[in-house]
Amino acid sequence: MADEKIAVYFCDCGTNIAGKVDVGEVVKWAAEQPNVTVAREYKYMCSDPGQDLIKTDIKELGVTRVVVAACSPTMHEPTFRKAAADGGLNPFLLQMANVREHCSWVTEDPVEATEKAKRILSAQIHRLPFNEALQPIEVPVNPDVMVVGAGIAGIEAALKLADAGKKVFVVERDPSIGGHMAMFDKTFPTLDCSACILTPKMSALGKHPNITLMAYSEVTEVSGYVGNFKVKVRKKARYVDTDKCTGCAACTEACVVQKVRSEFDVGLGYRPAIYIPFPQAVPLKATIDPAKCLTLSKGKCAKQSCVPACGPGAIDFEQQDEQVELDVGAIIMATGFELFDCKREARYGYGRLANVITSLEFERLSNASGPTGGHIVMKNGEAPKSVAILHCVGSRDENYQEFCSRVCCMYSLKFAHLIKEHLPETEVYELYIDMRAYGKGYEEFYKRLMDEGVHFIRGRAAEVSDVAIAPEEEGRLVVKAEDTLLGIMRRLPVDMVILSAGLSPRRDAKEVAQTFGFGCSANGFYLERHPKLEPASTMTDGVFLAGACQYPKDIPDAVAQAGAAAAGALTFVNNPTVKVEPTISYIDPEKCSGCHICVGLCPHAAIQFNAEKEVAEVIEAACKGCGVCVAACGSNVPQQRGYLDKQIFAEIEGALAL
Amino acid sequence: MTLTYSYFPGCSSEATGKAYDISTRAVCDKLDIELKELPDWNCCGSTSYFSIRELESFGVSARNLAIAQEVGGMDLVATCSACYTILAKTNRYFAEDPVLHETINEALEAAGRTYDGNVNVRHILDVIVNDLGCETVAEKVTRRMTKLRVAPYYGCQATRPKGTFDDPEFPTSLDHLLEAIGAEPIYYPVKTKCCGGMLMMTQEDAALRLCHELLKCAQDNGADVIVTTCPLCEMNVEAYQKMVNKAYGTSFNIPVMYFTQLLGYALGVDSKALALQMQIVPVENVLAKVPA
Amino acid sequence: MVELETTQGVKTLHKIFLEDVYSIPGGEKIRLCQQCGTCSGSCPTAYLMDYSPREVIAAFRAGMLDRVLKSNTIWLCTSCYSCTVRCPAGIKVTDIMYELKRLAIKYKSWPSSSKNPAMSKIFIDHVHRFGRSYEAGVIGQFVLTQKPSLAWKFKGLGTKLFLSGRMPLLPKSIKGKDEFHKIIDLLATKEVSQ
Repeated sequence: MADEKIAVYFCDCGTNIAGKVDVGEVVKWAAEQPNVTVAREYKYMCSDPGQDLIKTDIKELGVTRVVVAACSPTMHEPTFRKAAADGGLNPFLLQMANVREHCSWVTEDPVEATEKAKRILSAQIHRLPFNEALQPIEVPVNPDVMVVGAGIAGIEAALKLADAGKKVFVVERDPSIGGHMAMFDKTFPTLDCSACILTPKMSALGKHPNITLMAYSEVTEVSGYVGNFKVKVRKKARYVDTDKCTGCAACTEACVVQKVRSEFDVGLGYRPAIYIPFPQAVPLKATIDPAKCLTLSKGKCAKQSCVPACGPGAIDFEQQDEQVELDVGAIIMATGFELFDCKREARYGYGRLANVITSLEFERLSNASGPTGGHIVMKNGEAPKSVAILHCVGSRDENYQEFCSRVCCMYSLKFAHLIKEHLPETEVYELYIDMRAYGKGYEEFYKRLMDEGVHFIRGRAAEVSDVAIAPEEEGRLVVKAEDTLLGIMRRLPVDMVILSAGLSPRRDAKEVAQTFGFGCSANGFYLERHPKLEPASTMTDGVFLAGACQYPKDIPDAVAQAGAAAAGALTFVNNPTVKVEPTISYIDPEKCSGCHICVGLCPHAAIQFNAEKEVAEVIEAACKGCGVCVAACGSNVPQQRGYLDKQIFAEIEGALAL
Repeated sequence: MTLTYSYFPGCSSEATGKAYDISTRAVCDKLDIELKELPDWNCCGSTSYFSIRELESFGVSARNLAIAQEVGGMDLVATCSACYTILAKTNRYFAEDPVLHETINEALEAAGRTYDGNVNVRHILDVIVNDLGCETVAEKVTRRMTKLRVAPYYGCQATRPKGTFDDPEFPTSLDHLLEAIGAEPIYYPVKTKCCGGMLMMTQEDAALRLCHELLKCAQDNGADVIVTTCPLCEMNVEAYQKMVNKAYGTSFNIPVMYFTQLLGYALGVDSKALALQMQIVPVENVLAKVPA
Repeated sequence: MVELETTQGVKTLHKIFLEDVYSIPGGEKIRLCQQCGTCSGSCPTAYLMDYSPREVIAAFRAGMLDRVLKSNTIWLCTSCYSCTVRCPAGIKVTDIMYELKRLAIKYKSWPSSSKNPAMSKIFIDHVHRFGRSYEAGVIGQFVLTQKPSLAWKFKGLGTKLFLSGRMPLLPKSIKGKDEFHKIIDLLATKEVSQ
């Protein structure tokens, strides 16, 4: 290559770099390096004047290559590359030298740090002459969006996108949309009836002309990349022809199997083998549970009374699952949460002691359309005279889940209110460690509950026992705890215990994340791109997050995040094309021997074999530039643009040149 | 296949816990479990030693482990839950704190011994239920304990703190073993509650209260007998029943045995060989309920 | 008795105590205590304690060493480990109680009402002499020197135990007493220098 004119910019980054590295010395040294035309020091390169330096030098000094020694490329490579482009230089002729995260932030001794900074910079100075002016690849964007999961977050995201004019595919695993919110009685702090505020949205989704709802369906495979995702969806057989079914529910009354534990009632009530999960279900269609239906599971149901009961004749035992493949430009994940399994905390007696129930179970008891018609009763049908609500079950606990589940303090207060409302004479005890009432109207709600005469005891319950010591404990549940504010040990004899269980990530969260090509945090929830600034995006372009699947949150936050996810999706699907990084693999057909090794190894199925030419070819739009083929080829044929062997070797030589 | 173990009897097995030692040996004989008593074993240190001197107590405990290492090739099994916990704790601390391990080894070397940290410490209940298996035990039962209602009292230190072989709060291995010999383990929610331990000597009102709770729950749930896995528990729950009665106006007279005594009887060992005559609360009623 | 009352004395001692507790494996976790009270709620003898286990941890962190050492709390611990198993911050409360017991003995500070320190000392003496804890000797010495009233209370039980062979009157010794003492003596010198 001809002699290049390299411009070196060394950022002080305030004191982050300059506080450890002798920048003046490095810049002086850099000015004398081969091909370096100009070397400058600046306090904050990422600022406007900093970027202007680059643009000006390109125009006035005819600079042909640029290196910015500063922070990590993950911070500002896009910033500086854009500045170079604005100055008229191909952005791929600019490299960053990471002298902050890799140098000043991790080296104790200033002399060593300065030396290391020189080496890092030298590597890039040696590399730059081998950089090529790559052109970004523009690919067309499919304007449709997929939303996976249709609880409140998924519903909100879908509606926003549909109202913005986009075609939305909503995939929901359960027979109806609505998620956990459909199960709640009232919502805090307004005490709105949950179904009343949710069902209008559910109905709107079901009717929206831009939304294709695939309920009782699951995503099985995802391939492609932003703007061009190919998603395979398995539409599970309901064994009911949904075109004919009117949702009249006559079949559910006729079914001979009437006692299947209802998932919607968290096992407290029953449903038939052919069922509609709840009266406001969307879509309002019947579904047959193949494990419980006698025809489907055993091959013999003498009566098959659902068939004659169905006016439109919608029952179809021969129905098969249906596979569809959809093309979308962006995906929003809104798959929600699971409740912490309280059986794991054996000392609270869930599953062993009757009348120890979980929060979701209480929601169903309190709900007027629940298994007890909205009556808060014990297992023997009587109303409890005293109830203890235990906070932090499965949360804030190193033995189970370290994190705080955010919503439990508020829903515990809500329960206290509901109990007092249904049963004014009943004593209610709240056993808590901290009262987390952080949202709008939450602290006021807490005060309201104090005003309602609920007994607040600061002390995490040690155990729930059925062993009585005193006569008033006979036949009741005893909650043992230290009342830390009073400094005394307490034994509370109560009739019912509600466990304020935490929120857990779904048990298949890891697999699902893998299917869609993103990762999970250490606590098991989906990993966001940045916890502060990008909570609704993933590291994978085009895939977004909404709701509790990213981290426990209440309904207002889920709805807000859903809006953010929808906006994120729109940034892609509102444009006709998207630029894809050109740092992808290239296979020289002259050199390829056609051995096929790379074809099978590519994790993104981005290499195809051209049978005619007998060589492997990269599908440019699908290649993610991971480098596997480059490393695997025995003949060293695939080269990753922007990371050519000669570039890498030059870097190594540069680093060792001092 | 014969299972072989180094056997750590523990100090109680020479005195108040003698019946545990005798019955364990008898049971292992019947079950083809070979116990090789650890030569010249010393006191494990017990909670008392750990309370006063940290380094010395580790040294005291480690000498046993060093001897076990020399004997070699076998897990070390203890019957007393406290001995089990302390020996296992020593192993754990050595693994977590290499400096401590080195210091103790220095002392062991002065005595001509050393310890690498690789001797596996086991509880006799764990060995019988998990190494041998309840099915094997059931096959060898000659006196099925049908209709005998037994309270399985695990105590604290068999499954706490680590819960290595069973759940720390609601373990089930002893329950399964009782089922294997045909007995009926009762619902015993206090199965891992503390008996008071050494407090029976130093602050007996506390220990008596705890034992009262244990006895009352056993009685309320219709237990014919309580079986234990620890000599201190056995002493407290059995020998002090009269004192509990005095303090609480109750009239408990519940037989208490080591689980190995009941197990041995089910396997056909005669009561003398199980030291059943050593029990303070007479066990005739229990024996009357099962085949002779 | 160590001076616990002067401010400077307490500050220095507090630092020493903190370092001691932090040095046991997992000891630093005491900083993570949220004061939730699970340990106290689980403790079988908390109802008898001057200060609950939770309060002792709070007092310890605050440097209120007189509360920590002069209360009966640590001496009522039965080592049942319920607190350790249940603590949501993963604090090994039982091990901390042990460490506080050791510090109390080292600084000769414990409530006169507690007989546990005396029991432990008698136990250790016997283990030193015989290599094994000679139960009749330990109980005998304890009762005679610390709680003579027990002699009357326990006479029936004691007799029964003796007659049934569960309380041999003669001690058994280990053979390797010399090496046993070598181990203990070497560690005792290290203990002092700690």
